[in-house]
Amino acid sequence: MSTDELDLEGAQFLTRETAGLSEPAGSKALGEAAERSSKHNRSVADAIPYWQDWREAANQIKSYAIAHLDTLLAEFERNIAARGATVLYAETAEQANQYVLDIARENHVQTVVKSKSMVTEEMELNHKLEAIGVRPVETDLGEYLVQLAGQRPVHIVTPALHMTAADCGHLFEKKLGEPFTAEHRELTAIARKHLREDFIQAGMGVSGVNFAIADTGSIVIVENEGNAGLSTSAPAVHVAVMGIEKVIPRLADLPLFLNLLARSGTGQKLTTYTHLIHGATPGRKLYVIIIDNGRSNVLKDPAARMALFCIRCGACLNACPVYRRTGGWAYGWVYPGPIGSIITPHLIGIDQAAELPFASSLCGACGEVCPVKIDIPHQLVHLRHRAVNEPSPMNHPTERLTWLLWAWAMRTPLRYRLTMWAVRLGMRVLPWVPWHPGKLGAWTRGRALPEVPPTSFRAWWREHGEELKPKKKGLGTGD
Amino acid sequence: MIELKRRAPPEWVYPAYEGETVALFIPCYIDQFYPKIAEATARLLTDQGVPVAFPEEQTCCGQPAFNSGYWDETRKVVHHFCDVFRDYRWIVCPSGSCTAMCRVFFEHVDADPRVVEVGRRVVELSEFLVNVLGVSDVGASFPHSVTLHSGCHGRRELGLVDPPRKLLEKVRGITFCELPNVEECCGFGGTFSVKMPGASLAMGQTKVENIVKTGAEVVVSLDISCLMHVGGILRRNPATRHIRTMHMAELLVADGKMR
Repeated sequence: MSTDELDLEGAQFLTRETAGLSEPAGSKALGEAAERSSKHNRSVADAIPYWQDWREAANQIKSYAIAHLDTLLAEFERNIAARGATVLYAETAEQANQYVLDIARENHVQTVVKSKSMVTEEMELNHKLEAIGVRPVETDLGEYLVQLAGQRPVHIVTPALHMTAADCGHLFEKKLGEPFTAEHRELTAIARKHLREDFIQAGMGVSGVNFAIADTGSIVIVENEGNAGLSTSAPAVHVAVMGIEKVIPRLADLPLFLNLLARSGTGQKLTTYTHLIHGATPGRKLYVIIIDNGRSNVLKDPAARMALFCIRCGACLNACPVYRRTGGWAYGWVYPGPIGSIITPHLIGIDQAAELPFASSLCGACGEVCPVKIDIPHQLVHLRHRAVNEPSPMNHPTERLTWLLWAWAMRTPLRYRLTMWAVRLGMRVLPWVPWHPGKLGAWTRGRALPEVPPTSFRAWWREHGEELKPKKKGLGTGD
Repeated sequence: MIELKRRAPPEWVYPAYEGETVALFIPCYIDQFYPKIAEATARLLTDQGVPVAFPEEQTCCGQPAFNSGYWDETRKVVHHFCDVFRDYRWIVCPSGSCTAMCRVFFEHVDADPRVVEVGRRVVELSEFLVNVLGVSDVGASFPHSVTLHSGCHGRRELGLVDPPRKLLEKVRGITFCELPNVEECCGFGGTFSVKMPGASLAMGQTKVENIVKTGAEVVVSLDISCLMHVGGILRRNPATRHIRTMHMAELLVADGKMR
């Protein structure tokens, strides 16, 4: 069973002791599913001749929105508040939690139905609700599975990507007392039966927000299962939680983002349901909590600002060869994969997540698929630069010394030759040494060392460089 | 026939080559561990009537320190690079990754236009042959089955998807085998290979499995750094030891012989 292979605490980039990922811990199911999804999504995108133009347009709209957050959020608030919604601003996760708990108490809520929301994961809202005796129920099927299993989502769009149908069957058997099945239809029916009860009982629904539209004052929630529709409309109180970066200027911008999000997230042309909520239903309550929780740190750093363009489609996770092997938990916090590596250090502090920008081969697959053209690979190197220059576990005095020496050696040809002489000598001796320490051992554990040739190119050039004369004439030489 | 695929890579506008002497930038690991690649690069260019020079003051482009986050240290090496190559209008390098460092990343290290401008003059070898000189047939012959590994920096930072394919297409006697999942990283990633060896090796294993699937005798690439890692894995396993790794330049001058 794939969950057995995954140890919630194991193989994290963020575990100081393991100092980087020593062994991949992701399940095979996750890697295969992410790869399949990535390929499918690429073919869907490739079918659209103006895909690159869409990306560019989305990038520019987001760029405008992030530069005008102050006015756009105020415009959004004014418009949605005019239709009966209460808008609350929270600077931190604690404040946002406090708002939700207060609303729950005020309305004597015992059960909360939640539709998928990454920002409430950030707030660890479920724990806070449980602490005051309120039962939170995740209603997105993936989130429901993960919650039943007592785990954290491995992916921002498909939280239970690591589970196979058989895993789900065993989980339902163990936690819900249902007879085992690995049939998708039957599994869905079981979840549906149990969740329906919760929708009826719940006093409050909590949702995330995919887009907040400033000019109409609307919140947009996309989904495929219908659970978000029920979570936001069945209970008498709906609390929508959104990060400050979710606002887009106009309703007219929405179709572009819906097109990009569905195709990049799940390879659909459009999600099954797209909810636009313009205000509170008469006789019911709608709260919109707008949360910063570290996002303004990203705004402060002009080189990093683009990270706030993210529409949480998960395409970069599926495309990332590192994510596919490690799974989401290795990233230690809420947002895994390449996007996690570039936003987590800003949100929780670079000292807490310094390893994340290094969890990449810088292959650039993430940047290539990002529907809003976030320059993820370049953001990663930018953050590496910060991680080694600010107080963080990646700021090692020994590594700095190594690079200082390297920079010294690489500045004159004589020092270069001396250094390389030593390296060549070392590489000739190494195969005879039984044990290789540190980084060298990390190389030779799985790979043979290159063979050292008798001379370097520069030595060869000194002897034979003169012999190399251009053979053909006439290539732009005027002859 | 090699199928050409194109997926919105970066596009560059190349100035016309007017017979100037081309400076060879030979990355440090090629200089020291793969001198034959540098030699092949020089021969390929002179065969096309291009005069070459090797400024012996050259050392490294600074990429390892840059990718590790040590930009102050990188800057010193980049300045040395710019001093060495200042007088050359064309700088040709047999590595996609090092070319990307010069052309794309120098400006992150130092936005001084003099630095950025020197970096922009660095052109990868296959790119120079195909895109600048307009030559894809260099008269090579290589009667073996070959698969192409595409280095990520060359592919995504420079957009070098077509040049290596065009060159291989014209090689006499070659049997080209398409590599499954060609766009996926081999897991080398410079210091990544030793900082996160578990993930790096797992990615390398997948690459090796895909190479084995092609049945090719030779894996060729514009980046011998990737192949140092992939070849290291291939050689560790007796079942895959027979598969050779070659740089594109070596293959083009090999005259049928395998390294």
